[in-house]
Amino acid sequence: MTALPSGCPSALSTATELATPQDPAAFVVNRDGRQTLDVLVRGASCAGCLAKIEKSVGALPGVDVARLNLSTGRLRVEWTGALKPKLVVETIAGLGYGASAFEPAAADSAGAKAERKLFAALVVAGVATVGVMFLSEPLWFGSDLADETRTILRWISALVAIPAAAFAGLPFYASAFASIRSRRLNMDVPISLAVILALGLSVVETINNGRHAFFDAAVMLLFFLLIGRVLDARLRRQAYSAANALAAMQTASATRLRADGVAEAIKASDVRAGDLLLIAAGERLPVNAEVISGTSEADLRLVTGEVEPAPTFPGQVIHAGAINLSVPLRVRALARADQSLMADVARLLEAGEQKKSAYRKLADKAAEIYVPQVHAMAALGFVGWLVFGATTAQAAFVAITVLIITCPCALALAAPLVQVVAAGALFRRGIYLSSGDALERLATVDHVVFDKTGTLTLGDPVLRREGLDASILKDAARLARASHHPFSRALARAAGMGPVADKVKEHPGQGVSGLVDGRMARLGSASFVGAVRGAGSELWYAVDGEAPVVMHFDDAIRVDAGETVARLKRMGLSVELLSGDSSGRVAQAANAAGISDWRGEATPVSKAERLAALQAAGRKVLMVGDGLNDAAALAGAHASIAPGGAVDVSRLASDCVFSGDSLSAVADIIEVARNARRRMRENFALAAVYNLLAVPVALAGWVTPLIAAVAMSGSSAVVTLNALRLAGRGRAPVKASVESLG
Amino acid sequence: MNAFLLMLPAAFVLAAVGLAAFGWALRSGQFEDPKGDAARILGNDDRPG
Repeated sequence: MTALPSGCPSALSTATELATPQDPAAFVVNRDGRQTLDVLVRGASCAGCLAKIEKSVGALPGVDVARLNLSTGRLRVEWTGALKPKLVVETIAGLGYGASAFEPAAADSAGAKAERKLFAALVVAGVATVGVMFLSEPLWFGSDLADETRTILRWISALVAIPAAAFAGLPFYASAFASIRSRRLNMDVPISLAVILALGLSVVETINNGRHAFFDAAVMLLFFLLIGRVLDARLRRQAYSAANALAAMQTASATRLRADGVAEAIKASDVRAGDLLLIAAGERLPVNAEVISGTSEADLRLVTGEVEPAPTFPGQVIHAGAINLSVPLRVRALARADQSLMADVARLLEAGEQKKSAYRKLADKAAEIYVPQVHAMAALGFVGWLVFGATTAQAAFVAITVLIITCPCALALAAPLVQVVAAGALFRRGIYLSSGDALERLATVDHVVFDKTGTLTLGDPVLRREGLDASILKDAARLARASHHPFSRALARAAGMGPVADKVKEHPGQGVSGLVDGRMARLGSASFVGAVRGAGSELWYAVDGEAPVVMHFDDAIRVDAGETVARLKRMGLSVELLSGDSSGRVAQAANAAGISDWRGEATPVSKAERLAALQAAGRKVLMVGDGLNDAAALAGAHASIAPGGAVDVSRLASDCVFSGDSLSAVADIIEVARNARRRMRENFALAAVYNLLAVPVALAGWVTPLIAAVAMSGSSAVVTLNALRLAGRGRAPVKASVESLG
Repeated sequence: MNAFLLMLPAAFVLAAVGLAAFGWALRSGQFEDPKGDAARILGNDDRPG
């Protein structure tokens, strides 16, 4: 078995798990007492995950169906009775997986249906190809065959090939028709022409007892082309299931306080301006809101990139996406969910996506050159033979054989094959690609912009252990385990598993207190324990009657950040750091990673502007970032990469997501993308060479069905083998994913 | 010639049976979750899942 691309539960869901699962009650569909809930499960990757999740959810009272689709990460739960839906997501979260309820989108099932249709067409074309080949074999080699038998064999071939081509060729005919109507030529025009003309010519030849029939070529052509199409559709659907993550996030739920004081779970999209919401500790804000009551702290790492939590107090406005840390808050929604910062970001995303779809793919560029030339050749052949005294039938035969033999099998396979092989090679390293043409864009970048918090650094603060007494760490951790504060969590992580102090009390904006071994202890800010604040990120611990002890935290940069930056520079790329955090911290991180070009205190808008300015100056920018504040920049960049811990919007905005703690994935991705681009270009060159050889043969009128079959399968095989060369290099030891398993 | 009369219908029927079986498998969702199906056979659970 190959190494799993990520740990179990996967490293894809580190930072987001900070938010506790929300009440999915609003997503339950009730049909005659039978309740159904769809949950998107993050992190499930193996048979163990599958069994654990299905068994645990299936054991809940009343549940009779709990089925997880491991390919899409969707869990369908059906039950009767009074089971609380919240219990379902809590059970999954309790196992260590991310869980969010969602509404199945109609577009998704449409995509799945299109892929099923393509797959069916592929199988039909395959079966027909095998059948017709059996019949063609005696026609090619049986020189002593009676004419009568020849004709019968051809009619049988027609009986198989025509219905098969009519069905299997539908995707091509439809696309060719649409393209002609919009007055643009795509690859499907010559394909459809070749298939239809080959069948027509063959029927005419069979009726007239002519020399050649191309029934085998027509179905084989479709078979090869459909392989490319199915691979392409599969890659696109993978990207689409990543898009589900955003849908799941946008339709997350919220707790609304009704006028009579009763709390109810609603969809976040149903939140209206003016609604009174209850935000529990650890919950994420669904909309921009004003605090009504409660003094707490908010984790803004995903909103602004700031490491230090910000205090929140009545009257303050907090942005959507912030996580409430210590005390439940009552807030008044200022906007609807679709008017929040997150929705603004989503709109920016859309704009960026449109820009990206304007990128012209290599294959499309090739088609624009190729199609008119081939058609000109065929026309030339027709006219030329007429001029030299051939009959119209003979001239038509030559023109049609030119179209058949130049039918862009190899050309149509050239790009998708390479993309699938490259995506597979990246997948084995724990890197997920969102689209095929992302590879083409990633290959051409010349400038890399990194975000700091969560990208260049690990995002979670790390306790500095030097000079810290082990027994104090143990005691302080008993208080820390009771708090959501990032520093407390870092402390608890450093100390490992253990007991929680008695009578723990949260003091918003200050810290926690509780009984440790019967003595009153405090953990929090300097003023909370009566000490003098030092520099940097710190937490104080004090036991009654003893001097307070300070603990320092670092926003630790990823171990191989410096190495990766150096490697990127060696690859000819310039590197820049762009962060929303304070300039001091940014300078420190830039220094540690060896980046001389840095900017701090950037807002989401200024990040996007900086990127636009760079691109206006002709740079092809790769953005690497994880926060909500990076999403717009990610979407606007020429290409973008997000670490697995990124917020969903940013993951969605990116062309690529890597799991694990190793930043070297960024350099790996660019390297694979560059190799893939080289392979694609080679493939296009090979296809061109094939045509240079085949077209003169066809123009000379020498093409027989046997030559057509050999030429077509030969060129497709060459292109396939060249694409597979990429896979050989992808089997390097999987450093990133091994680390994430630990 | 007689060989054709026997082999042709036989071949068509066999091909049709194969295609029909594939169509049924596709429609009943057996290609929906290849990863999950590969994982499911590893479970100890005897109940059809």
